[in-house]
This record gives sequence, structure tokens and C-alpha cells, in this order.
Amino acid sequence: MKLWKTILAAAVLSLAAATSAFAARTDLTLGIVLEPPHLDPTAGAAAAIGEVTYANVFEGLTRIDDNGQVQPGLAENWTVSDDGKVYTFKLHSGVKFHDGSAFSADDVKFSLDRARAKDSLNPQKQLFAHITDVTAVDPATVKVTLDGPQGSFLYDMGQVAAVIVAKGSADGNKDKPIGTGPFKLDHWAKGSEITLVKNPDYWGTPAALDKATFRIVPDAAAAVPALLSGDIQAFANMPAQDALAQLQSDPRFSVVIGSTEGETILSINNKKPPFDKLAVRQALASAIDRSAIIAAASNGLGKPIGSHFSPGDAGYVDLTGVYPHDLAKAKEYLKEAGLENGFSATIKLPPVPYARDGGQVIQSQLKEIGVNLQIIPVEWAEWLSQVFTNKDYDLTIVSHVEPNDIDIYSRPGYYFQYDNPKFNDVIEELGTTVDKDKRLKLLGVAQKILAHDVPAVYLFELPKIGVWDAKLQGMWTNWPIEADDLTKVKWTD
Amino acid sequence: MTAYLLKRIIIAALTLVLASMVVFAVMEILPGDPARLMLGLNASADQIEMLRNQMGLNTPLVLRYLHWAGGLLSLDFGRSYTYSVPVIELVRERIAVSLPLALIALALSTIIAVPVGVFSASRQGRAGDTLAMGAAQLGVAVPNFWFALMLIYLFAVWLHLVPAGGFPGWGAGIWTALKSLLLPAIALALPQAAILARVARSALIEVLNEDYIRTARAKGLPYRAVLWRHALRNAMIPVLTILGLQFAFLLAGTIIIENVFYLPGLGRLIFQAITQRDLIVVESIVMLLVTAVILINLLVDFSYAIVDPRLRGRQ
Repeated sequence: MKLWKTILAAAVLSLAAATSAFAARTDLTLGIVLEPPHLDPTAGAAAAIGEVTYANVFEGLTRIDDNGQVQPGLAENWTVSDDGKVYTFKLHSGVKFHDGSAFSADDVKFSLDRARAKDSLNPQKQLFAHITDVTAVDPATVKVTLDGPQGSFLYDMGQVAAVIVAKGSADGNKDKPIGTGPFKLDHWAKGSEITLVKNPDYWGTPAALDKATFRIVPDAAAAVPALLSGDIQAFANMPAQDALAQLQSDPRFSVVIGSTEGETILSINNKKPPFDKLAVRQALASAIDRSAIIAAASNGLGKPIGSHFSPGDAGYVDLTGVYPHDLAKAKEYLKEAGLENGFSATIKLPPVPYARDGGQVIQSQLKEIGVNLQIIPVEWAEWLSQVFTNKDYDLTIVSHVEPNDIDIYSRPGYYFQYDNPKFNDVIEELGTTVDKDKRLKLLGVAQKILAHDVPAVYLFELPKIGVWDAKLQGMWTNWPIEADDLTKVKWTD
Repeated sequence: MTAYLLKRIIIAALTLVLASMVVFAVMEILPGDPARLMLGLNASADQIEMLRNQMGLNTPLVLRYLHWAGGLLSLDFGRSYTYSVPVIELVRERIAVSLPLALIALALSTIIAVPVGVFSASRQGRAGDTLAMGAAQLGVAVPNFWFALMLIYLFAVWLHLVPAGGFPGWGAGIWTALKSLLLPAIALALPQAAILARVARSALIEVLNEDYIRTARAKGLPYRAVLWRHALRNAMIPVLTILGLQFAFLLAGTIIIENVFYLPGLGRLIFQAITQRDLIVVESIVMLLVTAVILINLLVDFSYAIVDPRLRGRQ
């Protein structure tokens, strides 16, 4: 009897093994380093929120693809009035939210009005600042009126914080996100994992995966064995850089180095003496050797930049040669500023490897021209209050990951304390310019001003280090926005 | 006895009040604004101010302390700023991992340490003792995250016996859940066992040199009986003290091991709450832990009385 049971069990097992060999897998476990504080992209700035929900759970009128291009999202197509002020979006029909309620133009009006309202807590409220009116013309048509032509409006509507939510469920999205996307939340075991399952009622092309689990792996050393054991099959951005060579030589994994929108810069407090002198900033730029910093702070993978612009984006101008690494020249600049004996300053470093490692290299490089840096490690919370809000700093290293954010140098009160009317004019013109070629030209002008005027020393573009099972297809190579879009991800055999 | 108990309870209550003030003050002094952390770099000053009002951060400090402390008295631990769920819910989820993990690790550590201690003490100075204590020295010296990684590579990556990390939840079945706690428990237990074994050994050696042990041997009791029944029982007090301290540590001080195995335990919750300036979560959990430590110490005191009847009559 017992023998029969054993034989039967063995037969069942081998049958199960055989069937699973025929059908491709439909589940995926991804590792993420930081847990999102909640799952509402319209209420929090944490990048992890977008990583999990963008394109998977929530969708916007437009969407950004892997290459940073604008694609139709919930809007099938759109027309723009001749003066560039009125956008008329034609919406997809048959779209349903995860709670079964129907999506219509009213939801778009609700979402945009909510984001731009006086009491809005949308973390990217500035994206909606130029909207003066949103009208639901009919259930499938929305008219958005702007106060002037906006060059990046369609892009902005595809950003993470611009996703469309429903009136009835918006307030509960932090814990129970209700979107229109191809995946819906199954459960969130806090501190452990977030599981999404396929939305059977999705209006568009259904996802290939039935289930996707985002597992939180905070420790870089733990990420490698998690991959090797097969517990986790993908890291969109892998934290363990030291183990990269090992993974690259392992045929079971694909290692894909992509670009991000993260300009990693040595930010300067431009109002604080002696950094208010151009010559001092030029001295810093000339004393710094980018390749050594890139080697130490991003395993040699980051791309050098000479201005605040991603090398992967249209309109990029290579300005890394404006201030080449030249110690003699750097000392000359210091002399010009009357500081030939050097000076002392502090550098506040947030708790990320690129800053902590890069800061040490910069400290030793600046020492060669007599600039003595005292390193002050800070937490993010301290960085935000001391450096970003109170501007109580000399130098700091940080990666600005927001896409197309060259305008931050024109923002009044921004922590760089940089104020250049010439630059501000260019940005103002850029804001209202819709013509593509004109925009790219203006972006070039803006990049050049920053490269020469050194409101910050531009170091490198943060790389995205994707590592996943070699049988997995459709993961994003680049991070034009921080999103782990799983809509096209599938297993092959 | 009643007077003693009353005194203990009053001291415990005072400790709690004092701890609550210190914890609250320390968290308030920490630089950083939870509202700015939530809304990020692009939020305007107005928005930050609005969120601060919503979270009640703009009410005066004393009022906020009284509100929080009053809530604690009625077992209301407040709501997390970041997760926006009641703190007690977060704690309940994490305790479901941390408590079993601590208990398993403690049991493992005791099961290993006491026999090793007894073995070493009874062979004091001989090769077995030297070997055992050498191993214990190694156990104290080896960094536990490294040991944990070695365990992961051996049992998860190579042998595929257990998952490399994570916790599936008790809903996934007791055996599945236990399996994922096994390696972390071993990684936690080993250094604790090493310390405990050394304490047990030295306590036992001291007792073995007492006159009454010689008397017991002289009246003809076999060595084993003397060792296990008389000596060990008397050597338990320092062992229990250390066990109590270790248990308190294992409940919340295991952040490194929790990170290596990405377990959703209490230690990681506190760490995360500190970095996100989720003040209310930190404050409430620290108070819970203070309470737990005080209770454990009381329990240890009572257990002294159990192992040493002489203590029952005193005070």
C-alpha cells in the first residue's frame, strides 16, 4: 500500500515537472532596495512608489517609454490648438478601474484638478501649474487649457505623479491603490513584499505575467545570493556593484547597464563665500578628475557629464572638456580669486555609496590645490533639512534623478542659491517653446551656460545596473523615469 | 514581599515615564522634517506646511508629548506618518517575525551553550575544554553578518534547502515560515551561544570549587549527579541574567541579521522609521521595548527565586 502511494506520488511529481517544462513561467520576483512608504504616486515623492506602480498599477494620459519618449496612455490620441494652449485628449473606451468602476473623462478632470488644487499635496505640483481649466467634453473627450504654450506638457502628463485616479478611491490609494493598469495589488506584507497580480479586465494588451512580487532586499550583500539561489529573478537596479563581474560571467544572468536621469553633481552653495566667486568654482572644476571619481563612486560605469543634462537625452551637448583636469590651471584660478594659499570648507554627504565614496575622492583631489574639505556624513532627513531647505552647507554630492530638470538652476530659493538672469531667460523661453528644434537649441544654450559658470561641478550620470535571469525579456534597459514597467516582461524558454 | 513588589512596580513605572520623556526629546532634537521627506525636492514650502499641519507637527511640543503619552496609557500608539496605518498594526506584523525568531535563537543558544559549558567546566584545563573554549572565542569573534552570508551560500545557494531570505508569512504554512527563520536563528544563536557557554563555564567552575560540592562528593554522590543536580543549578543565576539580556537584544537589536535575510522584523522597522523620521513609530516602539525589557528583568528576578530557594525567603 505504502509502495503504491510512493509510486503514485512520484508519477504525479514527474507529471507536474513535465508540464511546467512546457509552459513558460508566468510569475516573477523582483528585488527592490527601498520599500515604498505607501503606494500613491500622487501623494509621495519616494521613487520606490513609482517603481512599483507606474504603468503596472496606475496609468496617465500619456506614458513615458524605455527611451524617454512620450507614448499614448489612457489617451488614445490628442490634438493641440494652433496657439498651443488647448489640448484635446481622446480617451480609450472600455477602461475600468481595479474596483470595477468605469473610467471616463470625469476621472481625468478630477485627477488633474486635484493635483493642481490649492490644498494639493502632489509632490510634483509644479507639473500642473500652467493648467487653467480642465473640461470633460463628453465621457471620452477631455479638454485641457493652459495659460500659454508648454513645451513639455505631454511629457509631464506621462510622469509618475500625473497618473489618473478615481474620485471614489483616491483617498485610499496609499494602502489600496486602485488604478487602470494591467496589474492590480494583491497584497502588501509590509517590510517584506508587494505582490501584484494580472488585471483580467485590462483594456489594452494584457500582461504576460500572472503575478509579480516586489521583494524588499535592503542589504547589497544579500542581493547576490538571493539571485544565485533563484529566490529573486530580477533587480531593475542592482545595489551590489562589487559582485557585478561575478554575475556578468554567469550565463544564467543578463547584466544590462543602462542610463538614468540622475545627474550626479558636486553641488555648490553659490552665495556662500568664497564660492560666490566664479574663479573659485572654476578652480574646483579644474581640480576634479572625473574618471577617478567614476571609478570609485560607480565602479567605472557612470558616464561623465559636463553640464546638468543626461547623455542619453535628445539635445545633449558634450561639455566635459570645458574645464579639463588641470591642477596648474586650478591653482591659477585660485590665485585669481586671491586664495593662492587655498581654504577650508565642509562637504555634507548623504548616505548613498556614490556620495560617500565620491566625497572621499573629491576630498583628496581638492587637497592637491590646497582646498581642505571636512567630510560631514548626514542622513537623508538631515540633508533635506540642513542642505536642501536651510541651505546650511558649502558643498554636497547628490544625484538629481528627476527627468529634464535643468530648470532647477532658475528656481528662486533652490539650494544652489544660483541666480543668473541670462540663464533664467533661456529657461523661461524654453518653457513656452513647443517647436522641437528650437527647444533642443535652447537646451544646448542652457547646458553651455551651466558648464561655463559652474554653479555645480558636474560629475557623472548615474548608471542603471539591471541584472535578471537570462530567460527574462522585456525589462527596461534605461530609467528615463524610475519605473519597473512590467507590461511587456515575459519568460522565454 | 508585598512591599518589595510594590517598590519594584513603582520603580518600573518611573523608569517608563522617564524613558518616554527621553525618547520623545531625542526624536524631537533629531534634525529632519518628515513632511519634507514625504513630499520630496519639488514640493513647495506651502505644501510642506500644509502636510505638517495635517500630521499635527505644528502643535506645541508639550501638548504633543502629553497627547502621545496619554495615548500610550490607553494603549493607543498613534498612526505612522509614512505608512498611515496604526502603529500597533505595524508592530503586530513585525512581532510575528521577531518574537518567534528570538525564541528559536534563544532556545538554540541555550541548547548549545549549557552542555558545552558543563563539558568545559568538568574538564577544566584539559584538551576538550581548550578546544571548546577556543571554538567559543571564534564564535564571539566571527562577525555574524559574515557567518549569515556563509550559511546562505551553503544552505540556500548550494544545497537549495532553505530560501536565501525573506519571510513568506505564517499564512504560507508553519513549516514554510519556520524554514525561512532557521538560518537567521542559527546566525543569531551562534555568537549568543558562545558568550553563554563561557559564562556557564566560569560560573560552574566557581561553584565546583565550593565546599558543599566537596561534601557531596565525600558523602559518595557520583560526579555526574553532583555536576548536573547541585553544581549546575547553583551556577544558573549568571546564566539566566545573560539569557534575559540576550532575549531583549534578540527582540529588536537584530537589524543586521534582518537586513542580510531581508526579514520584516522589529529592528528593521525601527531603522526605517528613524531614516524616514516617522517619529511616532520610533517613539512608540521604543517604549514598547522598554516595557518588554523591564518585564523580562522582572521575570529573570522571579526565575532566580525558582532556581535558588534561598532567595524566596529574602526581602
